[in-house]
Amino acid sequence: MSKERDDEEVLRRHHDMGGLPAGPVDPYKPGAEHDYAPWEKRVDAILRLLGDPKRGVIKTDELRRGIEELGPGAYDAMSYYERWIASITNNLLEKGVITVDELGRRMAAISEAWPAGVEAPKTSRDEENKR
Amino acid sequence: MTARFRVGETVTVRAAFPPGHVRTPFFLRGKTGRVTEVLGPYRNPEELAYGRSGEPALPLYRVLFPTASLWDGYDGPPQDTTVADIYENWLEVLP
Repeated sequence: MSKERDDEEVLRRHHDMGGLPAGPVDPYKPGAEHDYAPWEKRVDAILRLLGDPKRGVIKTDELRRGIEELGPGAYDAMSYYERWIASITNNLLEKGVITVDELGRRMAAISEAWPAGVEAPKTSRDEENKR
Repeated sequence: MTARFRVGETVTVRAAFPPGHVRTPFFLRGKTGRVTEVLGPYRNPEELAYGRSGEPALPLYRVLFPTASLWDGYDGPPQDTTVADIYENWLEVLP
């Protein structure tokens, strides 16, 4: 082990950042609050359905583990619900609910059907916020 | 399952750094605090995170730490405290 290395950087997992310097927090800055996009609501619904007592496919603890395993780059670059769907996806792959091949084909089919991407329809509240 | 620690008891968080899903924050490892509440048994999240049962359930404690003891150079009021919920497997009593 290198003597110059800060051992904390090795032992502390990236997500476990409580107490690290992060600058001031402004809860009122533009963009600090936003309406959830339809896809974000869908991700929330997917997790709730997968985790309900009847199915019990993914527990909250498994979701958290999957988020922690994203790696520092993806963890920082992804938004909140992007982390959720990435973790849900990895959990479903691990459990054999979906396969990589199945997912890859489905993603390609959707990209082909929607080459410009799917634009979320504007909500009335978006318009109000603009004023 | 009986709780090993009582309210008012001084406990130290184990200075352990395992890989994997851990529910005890890094900044509390090795720190000493006081039990303020025994919250009851909960299934072990470090097991639940891997799709296992989380049984046997573990006692969960609410532990109070002097905030100034947690960070070097803390410049807030000296009476500040930090409260965290910690599972029994992470706590010990130093001799």
